[in-house]
Amino acid sequence: MGSGRLPKTIVCEHRTSLHPQMHVKTIPCKEKNIYEQDPDILPPSGAHLRWTEGGQVVSEAASVVVSSRSYADFTPEATFDIKKVDLHRLEEGPPLTSTLTREDGLKYYRTMQTIRRMELKADQLYKQKIIRGFCHLYDGQEACAVGIEGGITLSDHLITAYRAHGYTLTRGGTVREIMAELTGRREGIAKGKGGSMHMYTKNFYGGNGIVGAQVPLGAGVALACKYLGTDQLCVSLYGDGAANQGQIFETYNMASLWKLPIIFICENNQYGMGTSVERASASTEYYKRGDFIPGLRVDGMDVLCVREATKFAADHCRSGKGPILMELQTYRYHGHSMSDPGVSYRTREEIQEVRSKSDPISMLKDRMLSNNMASVEELKEIDIEVRKEIEDAAQFATTDPEPPLDDLCSHIYANEKSFEVRGATPWTKLTSHS
Amino acid sequence: MASLRSFLRSGKNAVSVVLRREFSETSPAAVQVNVRDALNQAMDEELERDERVFLLGEEVAQYDGAYKVSRGLWKKYGDKRIIDTPITEMGFAGIAVGAAFAGLRPICEFMTWNFSMQAIDQVINSAAKTYYMSAGFQTVPIVFRGPNGSSAGVAAQHSQCFAAWYGHCPGLKVVSPWNSEDARGLLKAAIRDDNPVVFLENEMMYGVPFELSEEMMHKDFVIPIGKAKVERQGTHITLVSHSRCVGFCLDAAAVLAKEGVECEVVNLRTIRPLDVDTIEASVMKTGNLVTVEGGWPQYGVGAEICARIMEGPAFNYLDAPAVRVTGVDIPMPYAKILEDHSVPQIKDIIFSVKKVLNM
Repeated sequence: MGSGRLPKTIVCEHRTSLHPQMHVKTIPCKEKNIYEQDPDILPPSGAHLRWTEGGQVVSEAASVVVSSRSYADFTPEATFDIKKVDLHRLEEGPPLTSTLTREDGLKYYRTMQTIRRMELKADQLYKQKIIRGFCHLYDGQEACAVGIEGGITLSDHLITAYRAHGYTLTRGGTVREIMAELTGRREGIAKGKGGSMHMYTKNFYGGNGIVGAQVPLGAGVALACKYLGTDQLCVSLYGDGAANQGQIFETYNMASLWKLPIIFICENNQYGMGTSVERASASTEYYKRGDFIPGLRVDGMDVLCVREATKFAADHCRSGKGPILMELQTYRYHGHSMSDPGVSYRTREEIQEVRSKSDPISMLKDRMLSNNMASVEELKEIDIEVRKEIEDAAQFATTDPEPPLDDLCSHIYANEKSFEVRGATPWTKLTSHS
Repeated sequence: MASLRSFLRSGKNAVSVVLRREFSETSPAAVQVNVRDALNQAMDEELERDERVFLLGEEVAQYDGAYKVSRGLWKKYGDKRIIDTPITEMGFAGIAVGAAFAGLRPICEFMTWNFSMQAIDQVINSAAKTYYMSAGFQTVPIVFRGPNGSSAGVAAQHSQCFAAWYGHCPGLKVVSPWNSEDARGLLKAAIRDDNPVVFLENEMMYGVPFELSEEMMHKDFVIPIGKAKVERQGTHITLVSHSRCVGFCLDAAAVLAKEGVECEVVNLRTIRPLDVDTIEASVMKTGNLVTVEGGWPQYGVGAEICARIMEGPAFNYLDAPAVRVTGVDIPMPYAKILEDHSVPQIKDIIFSVKKVLNM
């Protein structure tokens, strides 16, 4: 998708060999030449595009009206067929269609693109050794984070494992503070103390480094929601690798016994580090692994599928029925982390096939463009804005100073008066502030 | 009148308290309370004081607690606040920490601290380190409690002391009460603390009664975490200990006093943060130090105390090297004669004091 000219009628095939359950879907083309140019090419340097009030895109350098489209021309909302969900211990599942408003579509597009660009920038900075240690990138999986957030609210709670940059963003973090945390600077979201795997915002409990530990933690958050009598729930995410952890089964048990408002979500990206699902799990039907917990298996590359499934799951929890489990079938383009090229245990062809046939951002873009919900220029403008935001954030993240040494021993205890901390030698007396 | 007030205040165990009072020779307004009841009353009062406090663990509710420490609480507070868990330590410890993240104040009971090893990742990586990793954004106001160290005849897997293991970790507070005053005041302080607290009880102390003054029976009686207490003043040598061994030190001190040796006995009360100032002041006064603990010697609490004394001003006041009295460096055996010889006895303390003092 998005590489050169395409014929008038576009058949969008979202099928990969990894996801045999996905079916071929045809989107009739209403417009000729949807892709007038490669959307990944930037405008010539020096040119600056801006929107006029009438929705015209004007290039200031050339003073040429690039397109004349007013907002009134766009379809305000459209209903799409979405893939049927596999069910476990459920009579009914989420609906087979999803209605997307233009506003939501643009929002999801922007957010997914922001995550994509942010992760690619992190890749760059890591290779330049400006980011160090662990860096687990989320590109390819954007529809999961964005779709989940589309099905809950910010007053709900969420916890995930270490592939957390996307969630930090959808949960309210800014690109600036996320990137500054990756580069270990004082304006980082955790003041440089946490790094890639330990970012927190309101109702977002990280970012957790120990595989599987976040799942019981999420159930504890759900217990608090129930205890305090709120209508809130907790989404607790884990990967296909973590799905075999004993503590997750312990959590399934207690969450069911106590009817905790928790949505367990397994992001199945087919590989736990370098081990494919077939080599790690006796049963790869992760949506059934909760046994007595109802489950759904969802196309995790389709933001609308994820959103509808999440809404369905959230209703289930909020009606007091207890936990529910969603398996999102997704894919990561990068290796497990920046130290893994990601091609020793899977082929480049496989990665390329997913990229070309199932990319979540392309899928949304196709839908919006072919249903007249946005224009090419508009989306390109968003791309440009996103790139600028990422560039600015990266610039900030590389120039912001590192945390002050005074901060070394701070934040050991909460609400405690200052106390002495032993340094590396008996003569080095440091101070801890809360 | 004061005795009636403290009778009414002690609530659940009023009857046993009154019965004990009739036979005790305590001063007016003081009551005899055993460590179990002190813990029970402390939890009861804190549950009442703050709606966010709740207790979870194996058998804590309908069984009244494996060691009866939570007796009567489920009957009073119900399923919402006193929660029986399945035998899944890693899971329920994680749930407890998550509940603390989201604003509750859980008390997570391990039936014994030996079982905490199944959940130790949640205690250290999820609870202890989170405030630091989040740069002060996420607090974890949780208490993990349960019996620690040797019991009687329970053999190797059920007898380990974890003071050194948990005391090693920044971000945790680790507390080890000896008597009822300690148990009450420190548990209340732990529950009110906004940080993760490891609360190491001792099963053999549960049934031991101690006198609690009226002041100690007050609802807001708390003992500051991080402060040691000098239980007995002395001039010739400092004995530093925690938990049950404090009692052994006092017994040893009584015997040694007859031979003219006056021991100063310091009850650590808190393992982390360690009250080095009180220990140093005592050593600078007496010039000699023996540490006493139930745990194993290698990399233990006593080892830390000796290292700190070496590194600080008190070293120059030492007349002899500081030594440690510890549990024997073996897994705990079962047979009584073997078990008795696996733990520090009063005679070991007396022997060590005399060696240090060159008597």
